[in-house]
Amino acid sequence: MKVKLMQGNEAVAWGALAAGCRFFAGYPITPSTEIAEILSRELPKLGGKFIQMEDEIASLAACIGASVGGLKSMTATSGPGFSLMQEHIGYAAMTEIPCVLVNVQRLGPSTGQPTSVSQGDVMQARWGTHGDHPIIALSPISVRQSFDLTVTAFNFSELYRTPVILLMDEVIGHMREKVELPEAADVLRVERNGTSVPPEWYKPYGDTGSDVPPLANFGTGYRYHVTGLFHDQMGYPTQRLDEIDPWIERVHRKIDRNIHDITLFEEDGTQFAKTVVVSYGATARSARHAVKLARRRRSKVGLATLFTIWPFAEELVSRIADTASHIIVPEMNRGQLALEVERIAGRRKVTRVNQANGEMITPQMILNAIEAN
Amino acid sequence: MTRETHDEYEYLRHTKKFPNVWCSGCGIGIVMAALIRAVDRMELNKDDVAVISGIGCTGRMPVYLDFNTMHTTHGRALAFATGLKLAQPRLNVIVVMGDGDALAIGGNHFIHAARRNIDLTAIVVNNSIYGMTGGQYSPTTPMDSLASTAPYGNVEQPMPICDLAIVAGASFVARSTVYHAIEMDRLIEQAIQKQGFSLIEVISYCHTTFGRINKLGTAVDMMRILKEKSISKAASDKLPAQELSGKIVRGVLCNQDKPEFTALYQQVIERAQQSESNKDITS
Repeated sequence: MKVKLMQGNEAVAWGALAAGCRFFAGYPITPSTEIAEILSRELPKLGGKFIQMEDEIASLAACIGASVGGLKSMTATSGPGFSLMQEHIGYAAMTEIPCVLVNVQRLGPSTGQPTSVSQGDVMQARWGTHGDHPIIALSPISVRQSFDLTVTAFNFSELYRTPVILLMDEVIGHMREKVELPEAADVLRVERNGTSVPPEWYKPYGDTGSDVPPLANFGTGYRYHVTGLFHDQMGYPTQRLDEIDPWIERVHRKIDRNIHDITLFEEDGTQFAKTVVVSYGATARSARHAVKLARRRRSKVGLATLFTIWPFAEELVSRIADTASHIIVPEMNRGQLALEVERIAGRRKVTRVNQANGEMITPQMILNAIEAN
Repeated sequence: MTRETHDEYEYLRHTKKFPNVWCSGCGIGIVMAALIRAVDRMELNKDDVAVISGIGCTGRMPVYLDFNTMHTTHGRALAFATGLKLAQPRLNVIVVMGDGDALAIGGNHFIHAARRNIDLTAIVVNNSIYGMTGGQYSPTTPMDSLASTAPYGNVEQPMPICDLAIVAGASFVARSTVYHAIEMDRLIEQAIQKQGFSLIEVISYCHTTFGRINKLGTAVDMMRILKEKSISKAASDKLPAQELSGKIVRGVLCNQDKPEFTALYQQVIERAQQSESNKDITS
């Protein structure tokens, strides 16, 4: 494949198409709009559908509607739109309808600074919608990985019948890099686990032993009910504890049991390091540079880069805390994922390096934290 | 009558526990039966029908119906339906909403679904109150009426649902009442058949909240008011405007042929595919 210069947002659009996305509904918002623009051009070429909705609430609603109609669906937005979409993240989690939601984070709160970078939506991605629910959030560190993790987001979404958030940031979204994207045929695609049982046997929320019941598309002869109310195995509303409790257990179990497949990360020299930097998104690029500089000065520094933000990589951080005495968590917010690191590695010294003013955290800021130890 | 009852039973979910959630005497069941009769008369395959709803008393209708059904979030039913219709244009997508659901929290989606003229059939059961939450005033509560959140009388103008749909661009707009059940199912049938956005406003009542607080009597009394206040479109056309004040005009209010959204989008696909022979997606 030809080497090309492209933005992270462009790579997301191509990744979506390679993953089999055939429906996009969105609302214009900086800094994510390129994704919508590219897909409005490319989707109809493949027989896919693009629609610009009246707001972000409607956008995610349309995606869920299209997904239950059988099309892999995606929307893309940024902070203010992400806030509006919380309602339907909960609906998708409750109804277990796959969809992918890209949030190219910008500086908030409110309108904030639309063209400035931020990692301020980490906790919102986890807890933004009301109620307890499982969620998957992935965060790329490069243009090429924006492509790869978009594909992964679709695959996880179909595999686990869950909404998946691609938690980008403005720098990764707008940054241009030289990339060589894989051939479509070389991309691993997960297709929806459908059903072939007679319609009268089909239970849309049945306990099939795998924790992820097969999903029949609307219009294929399996007539069933979908609701945001707590429901029984048939999808009918219920108030019975013996039906609500198993549902809650199952939807959390379907993520927990597969946590090793879902938590993606990269380790570099964490095993023998006294100091480890735990990082993600655009900040991970500064962290990588800072670690390189520190090693030149003979510091024993490790680097852990998280690609899966939620569920949190508890095992990895716990293992790091076994050997390292100091963990540094740089992030472009006032300290969000650091709370998780502190929760798991609280017995060690955890240093936060924060900046939430729309500017990147520089390698020097992280280097200072490494050397202050 | 026996035949009708039998037909309706065929379309109800036998695995779903009855009775339904509605208060006895409620008009929503009449709308559900009219919807069933319309689908039955059109001989639609149940697999090809989707019924989508939002939140509220009317939002509970789909669960009883043996179609592809989806009970979505408050106000957003039309947005979900838009995605489903675009993904599966061959489905007959029917959206049932209450007045608060469709016009307050869902007002924006309502306007834009009509503007796009997407082939959905929207049925708004207008009982001029939020019934499920206990009788708060809605966008269609008449002025001076009492509500649990308007203890001194409502001072907001009611929203003219049909006028709004017509101005926004709907292809087909009609009004009926729960008293006129047979007329209603004919209108629903026409609405499903129509290519484009169709709206049926069904005037209903809530005797347990609005009726009680405004001392309008029983369900039967309120049904009688609907009968007495309503006038057919044909009869209303012969009357001067001032005599129509306070009347419910029933019948087809708008029926126009205009391009439908999913058909237009199919043209977009053809244009995109013609303008460029399909390249490899990563080239």
